[in-house]
Amino acid sequence: MKNRTGRLISYIFLIISSLVSIFPFYWMFAISTNTTAAANKFPPKVIPGDQFFTNVQNAWENADFITALFNTLIVAGTITISQLFFCSLAAFALARLEFKGRKLIFLLIVSTMLLPPASPIPLYMIVSKFDWINSLYAVIIPFLVGAFGVFLMKQFIESSIHPELIESAKMDGARNFQTYYRIVLPILKPGLATLAIITFMGVWNDFVWPSIVLKEQSVQTLQLAVRGLQNAYNRDTALIVTGAFITTLPLLAIFIPFSRQFIAGLAEGSVKG
Amino acid sequence: MSTKSNKKPRFKYGSQASRDALSGYLYVAPFFILFLTFGIFPIFYNLYISLFSWKLFGAEPEFIGLQNYVWLLTDDPTFIKAVVNTFSIWIISTLPQLFIALVLAYVLNQGFVKMKDMFRMAIFMPFITSILAVTIIFNSLFSRDFGLINFILGTAGLDWKIDRFLSHIAIATMVNWRWVGYNTIIYMAGLQTIGKDLYEAATIDGANKIQQFFYITIPQLRPIILFTIIMSSIGGMSLFIEPLVFLDLRGGSHNQGLTMFLYLYETAFGTKYNVGYSAAISWVMFVIVVMFALLNWFITTKVIKD
Repeated sequence: MKNRTGRLISYIFLIISSLVSIFPFYWMFAISTNTTAAANKFPPKVIPGDQFFTNVQNAWENADFITALFNTLIVAGTITISQLFFCSLAAFALARLEFKGRKLIFLLIVSTMLLPPASPIPLYMIVSKFDWINSLYAVIIPFLVGAFGVFLMKQFIESSIHPELIESAKMDGARNFQTYYRIVLPILKPGLATLAIITFMGVWNDFVWPSIVLKEQSVQTLQLAVRGLQNAYNRDTALIVTGAFITTLPLLAIFIPFSRQFIAGLAEGSVKG
Repeated sequence: MSTKSNKKPRFKYGSQASRDALSGYLYVAPFFILFLTFGIFPIFYNLYISLFSWKLFGAEPEFIGLQNYVWLLTDDPTFIKAVVNTFSIWIISTLPQLFIALVLAYVLNQGFVKMKDMFRMAIFMPFITSILAVTIIFNSLFSRDFGLINFILGTAGLDWKIDRFLSHIAIATMVNWRWVGYNTIIYMAGLQTIGKDLYEAATIDGANKIQQFFYITIPQLRPIILFTIIMSSIGGMSLFIEPLVFLDLRGGSHNQGLTMFLYLYETAFGTKYNVGYSAAISWVMFVIVVMFALLNWFITTKVIKD
């Protein structure tokens, strides 16, 4: 009897938590399918309407989503590929090659991860010196590598690639880069997938740094387009929420099919750290 | 090949050891050069900037030594307000967030729970939304005139933005919503490392599930709890996008939701373009965050004993 009550309470707790987690997504959907007039009622309307395509069209006309999507894909794609390559390569060296100073380098990398996010000012000044303001370089080049990426890749290499495997590859006469390319990379796939999703998601969702350095319409990213809608039409709830919704959908589409592997990878990387 | 042979003549051309060393530097180099330029150098450049009266788009910077710090620490009530706000929001966002995550992880780890993957995915979903989108949704949910939250609570017309503490609750709600799932995942991974025999022994001794949670789970998870507390101390202290979007650049008309990082941001990129002063804020903030993280480390290790 007592056991059953415990189970019931556990399930109720899980269901409520899940509903609270999902509800705002539903809310986004509900508002983006209604007119602002319908959303602005008390009690608010929580049933989806039929205005979704009108709202999307409206958002489309008021912000250049095509350019923004194109820019976002270039930025997120370049950074993700670069992070996967340079971070895994550096992590391979730090985890499995002997050279002077590697411990020191790793210590430096980890200690910067524990720093609070740095002020954007010095970076802004460096980027203006390079004349990258209003250029996608400003949001790409500083983020081509990251301390977290190296850290995560090193965790994965240490837990999944045994030193003896590397040694035997060397015995067979493989050069270090061949070892990295033929042996480390294939085994590292789950780790690379995790880093790819985290990186892509982070860049896709970032808006503060882009808002500082990308002031022109031609270089704006999706988040900036949504922010622009919000600044220009701050009373038009349906329009703004639709913007937020259509920029969230692609991430959901990537996340949901891979959620199991992604969650497992993320947990493994953090807990071993 | 073995570590022994590495100790002797190290850089003999063509030897495995020398090739390893060469590859090692070569592979780390691209990462390291970018990292030094855009990751490490800005930190020290910021220190330099903070010693100047320096306006973006203004006159030549003028060296003023520690004057920015003196102003900030002795003559800036807005900064004090920002510090208080940051801590207030941190407490009401981090403590419930970590506690709920811990309970969720514990429940999800029980053998009888069905559809674990589904629950886990649902709870984790908020983490993938951008903070901008989160704030836009909650801005609508917390709306004074048409908000669902006012409807559910029966508080029609309550303004969540004007009152200082209410605005903190609204902001903390967004933070909690986005981060509970992430922490749940971290805790669940930690729970899997706790041996079943501990729980079995406790069950035989007659401990119920709630007692097991407090006397086995929490002490066993100590290193992971410590990790999440340190990470959320650092993250929570640098919170600013939520108040920026939910309120405005100044954290509301009377700075009710102004956080340290938002103040730093507004000082540099708002209307003042005062980068010298802003750099000083970021260094003082840095010291506060590090001290706070260490304090939390200390408290956590004291409170949770094996």
